[in-house]
Amino acid sequence: MASPETDRKAGAGGSICRPPTAADRLADRVFRGLTCAFAWLTLLLIGYIVWRIGGTALPAMKRLGIGFLTGTTWDPNQQKYGILPEIWGTLYSSLLALSIGGFFGVAIAIFLSEDFLPDRIRVVLKATVELLAAIPSVVYGLWGIYILIPMIRPLANWLHVHLGWLPFFSTSLTGPGMFPAALVLSIMILPTVAAISQDALGAIPARTREAAFGLGATRWETILRVLLPTASRGIFSALVLGFGRALGETMALAMLIGNSNRLTLSLFSPADTLAALLALNFPEASNLEVGVLMYAAVILLTITLLVNIAGEMIISFSARPGGGRS
Amino acid sequence: MKATPDFTRNLTEPRALKSFILSTLTVACTLLACVPLFSVLYVLVIRGGKRFSLELFTALPPTALDTGGGIGNAIVGTLVMVGIASLIAVPFGILAAIFLAEFGQDTRIATIARFSAKTMTGIPSILAGVFAYAAVVMVTGTYSAVAGGIALSLLMLPTVMLTAEESIRMVPRIMREAAVGMGCTPSQVMWKVTLPAAMPGMITGVMLAVARAAGETAPLLFTALFSDYWIFQGGAGDLMEPTASLAVLIYNFSGMPFENQIELAWAASLVLVLMVLFLNITSRLISQRKR
Amino acid sequence: MTSSTRNNQAALPASDAAPDEVVIDCRVEKIFYGNFLAVRDSHLPILKNRITGFIGPSGCGKSTVLKSINRMNDLVRNFRFYGHIHFEGQDLYDKKVDPVTVRRHIGMVFQQPNPFSMSIYENVAFGLRLNRYRGDYDARVEEALRRAALWDEVKDKLRNNGMSLSGGQQQRLCIARAIATRPPVLLMDEPCSALDPIATRQVEELMVELKKDYTLVIVTHNMQQAQRVADRTAFFSVDITRGGRTGYLVEMGETTELFANPGEELTREYLSGQFS
Repeated sequence: MASPETDRKAGAGGSICRPPTAADRLADRVFRGLTCAFAWLTLLLIGYIVWRIGGTALPAMKRLGIGFLTGTTWDPNQQKYGILPEIWGTLYSSLLALSIGGFFGVAIAIFLSEDFLPDRIRVVLKATVELLAAIPSVVYGLWGIYILIPMIRPLANWLHVHLGWLPFFSTSLTGPGMFPAALVLSIMILPTVAAISQDALGAIPARTREAAFGLGATRWETILRVLLPTASRGIFSALVLGFGRALGETMALAMLIGNSNRLTLSLFSPADTLAALLALNFPEASNLEVGVLMYAAVILLTITLLVNIAGEMIISFSARPGGGRS
Repeated sequence: MKATPDFTRNLTEPRALKSFILSTLTVACTLLACVPLFSVLYVLVIRGGKRFSLELFTALPPTALDTGGGIGNAIVGTLVMVGIASLIAVPFGILAAIFLAEFGQDTRIATIARFSAKTMTGIPSILAGVFAYAAVVMVTGTYSAVAGGIALSLLMLPTVMLTAEESIRMVPRIMREAAVGMGCTPSQVMWKVTLPAAMPGMITGVMLAVARAAGETAPLLFTALFSDYWIFQGGAGDLMEPTASLAVLIYNFSGMPFENQIELAWAASLVLVLMVLFLNITSRLISQRKR
Repeated sequence: MTSSTRNNQAALPASDAAPDEVVIDCRVEKIFYGNFLAVRDSHLPILKNRITGFIGPSGCGKSTVLKSINRMNDLVRNFRFYGHIHFEGQDLYDKKVDPVTVRRHIGMVFQQPNPFSMSIYENVAFGLRLNRYRGDYDARVEEALRRAALWDEVKDKLRNNGMSLSGGQQQRLCIARAIATRPPVLLMDEPCSALDPIATRQVEELMVELKKDYTLVIVTHNMQQAQRVADRTAFFSVDITRGGRTGYLVEMGETTELFANPGEELTREYLSGQFS
C-alpha cells in the first residue's frame, strides 16, 4: 500500500479524472434511446390493440350496425345477434355491486383513516381488506357457487314469497342469479373503493381536522360535515373506478350470474353480462361469431374506457389545491 | 339561571348517541367485510386441504368418471405462462418507466404513455384475452401457452410500469445529484444509484403483477384453452400447444357434476391462493423493510 | 488534530510560494431560469490553491453561480447561461464541451450530506471506478478518508453502509468521495449548513487543510465562516429595483481586506449586520 505521505506530495497532480470512455458514452446513448423506444412502444401497443380488435370486429359492425345494441336475441343458428340484455346486465350488476361495495368501502375508509383504533390493529385490518383483492376471481366464483348461493337462498326465497310483488323479488333464486353475482362483485370492488377513499381522507391536512374539533364538533360531526365534503372528489373517483372494475369483471360473473339472455329487474333471476358473454362463447365460436364477439368486446372496451378515463380525470382534477387528494 | 356548563359525558344526549351508533356501524361494516376473506380461506383449507398429497402435484387431471388424479400439468402451465408474461412485461415495463420517470419525464410522449398505462390498469382482463386471440391465436391458428403468456403480459405491463416509475421517483433527489456531481453520465446515474435504490419498490410491483397474473382466468380461457396433458412432452413446439392452467382448471371443474373434479377444483384453488398470498405478503414485507 | 498540524508544516512553503494563478475565470453575463433573471454581470476570478468564499443574503444567486461552474444547473429545466467560464484554457459553456467531463474535473460537495446507500468503502471508491482507475484502490480510499479526517473513525467498519454514519461524518465521507479522484477544483455549497457546531469545525479545518492541493470555492450564509476559512471573499447582493430579484456580485477581494475596508457601502452594511 502506498503511504499517504508520498501520495500527498503528488498533490492534485495525481488527478485521475478522465472523461467518460467512448464505451460509456455509447452505452449512455443506447440505453437512453432504448428507454425512449419502449415508452413509444407502449403507445404503439395500445394503438395496435385497438386496431386489431376493431379490425376484426369491423365486418360484424358493418353487418349488424347499431341494431346490435338494441337487439335482445342471441342465436348463432339464425345469425341473429343482440346484446341489449348483456349491456343491461353489465350495468345493473355493477350498479348493485357499487351500492353495496361502495357503502362498505367508504365506511371502511372512514374507520381506518380516522383514529378509531390503535395503529397495530389498524395495519392488520387494512392488510386484510387489501388481501380481499388478492383472491383470484375464479376462486370467488367457486366459493359463490358452493357456499354463498346455498347460504342466501333461504333469505332470497323468503323475500320472494313475502315481497314477490316488488319487481326486484319477482322470481325465486334457484341457483345462479343476479344477486349472488352482484354480492361477490361488491366484495371484489370493495378494496379498490376503500383504498382510494382512504388516500383521499388521509390527504386532508391535520389543521382542517383540528379546526373542526376546536369548534367543539364531535368526531362524527367532523367526519360528516367537514372531512367527507372535503374528500368528496376523491371518494367520488374511488366509486367511479370501482364501478369501472365491476363492469369488466368476468369470471365471478360467468360462474354466478347464470348466463341467461334476459332483460329483468329481478335480483334472483339469472342474467348475463358482456364479459361473461365473451368468456362463454369465445372458446367455441365459429369464425363468423368471432367477429360478432369482437363487436361486443369493442362495446365493453368503450364503456369501461369512458368510465375509467372519467375516474382518472376526477382524480387528477382533485389533485389540484383545494381538492381532496394530494 | 346558572350558566355553568356540564362537562361530564352523557351518552343519552342526541349527538353523543348519534356518534355511538355511527361508530358501531362502521365497526360492523369493517368486520363484515373481512368475513368473506376468512370464509374463503376456511373453506379452501377444509375442502381443498383433504386432497393435499403428492399425487395432487404430480398427476394429470382425471377424466370424467375417474377417481384420484391431480393438477400437476396445470401448475406447470401456470408457471410457464406467468414466466412468459414476466419475460415480456418486466423489461418492457421497467425500461418504459425509466423514460417516464427520468430521461423524458416532462415530454409529451411520457405524459401520454403514463396516462395510457393508467387507463390500461382499468381495462377488463378479458379484453387482453380478446386481443391475444385476435393477434396471436388467429394468426398462428392454434391456442397456445405463448398466446396465454402474451395476454397475461398485457395485464402485468401497466402495473410493472407504474410502480417502477413511482419507485424511481421516490429516490431522493440529493442522491441523484451526488452521482451527477461525480461526473456520471445519465445512464450511469440510473444504473449505479437510482435503480439500486429503487429496487425494493420495483420488486414489489413485479411481485404484485405476477400475483395478479397467476390468478387471472378470463384472458386464458380462449388463448391457452386447457389441456389434459403435460406441457413438455415432445419438444420445442410445445409452447404452441393448448396449455392447462390452475385458474382455467378451477373454472372447468367447478361446473362439472362429479364430486372428484369439484374436490380437485377446491384443491387447485387452495394451491393458487397460497401462491398468490405468498407473493402478496412477501412483497408487502419487502416494501415495508424499505421504510 | 494531529493530522492537520503535521500538514501545516509540510505544506506551508509551497502555499506561500504559489503565484496568484487564475484557475477558473468565471464571467457571468446573465443567468436565467425561464424568464426569471437570476444573476447578472458578475466577474469572479478563482485563484489556485486558495479558498474563495461566496457570501451574501439569501436569493443573491451565490449558489446558482457555484452550480454553474460544474454545470450542475444543466439539470434544472429552463436554465440558460450567458457568459464564459474558462477553466484550463477552455470555455466550459462552449457547445462542444461535455458537462459530464466537466463534473469529473470539478468536484462538488452539497448542502445536505448525500452519501450513496452503499458501503463506506464503495462510496469513496465510486469515483475511482467511474473514472476506470487501474491501481491500488485500497490505498486511494485510505488516503481520501485520511485527508477527510474520517479514517480513524471508520477504518474498522469500511463495509458498513455510508448512511449509518452521523451527519458530520456523512459530510466528511462526501468530501472523501469527492477528493478520491483528486479533481483540481472542489465546489462546496453551504457544506456545513446541516451540521452541528462541532462537525462544522471539523469540516472547516478540513477545508483549510485541503487547499494545499485543491482550489476550493465555498458558498456560505455565515459571514464568520467566510472570515475563518476563505482567503478571498466575493460578496453578492440582490437587486430588486426592476421588480425582479436579480443577484449580482458587489465586490470581491482578499477576505481580510474586504472585512476591514469594504469598498462599497452595501458591503459594509451587510457585514455590520444591517440586513441579511
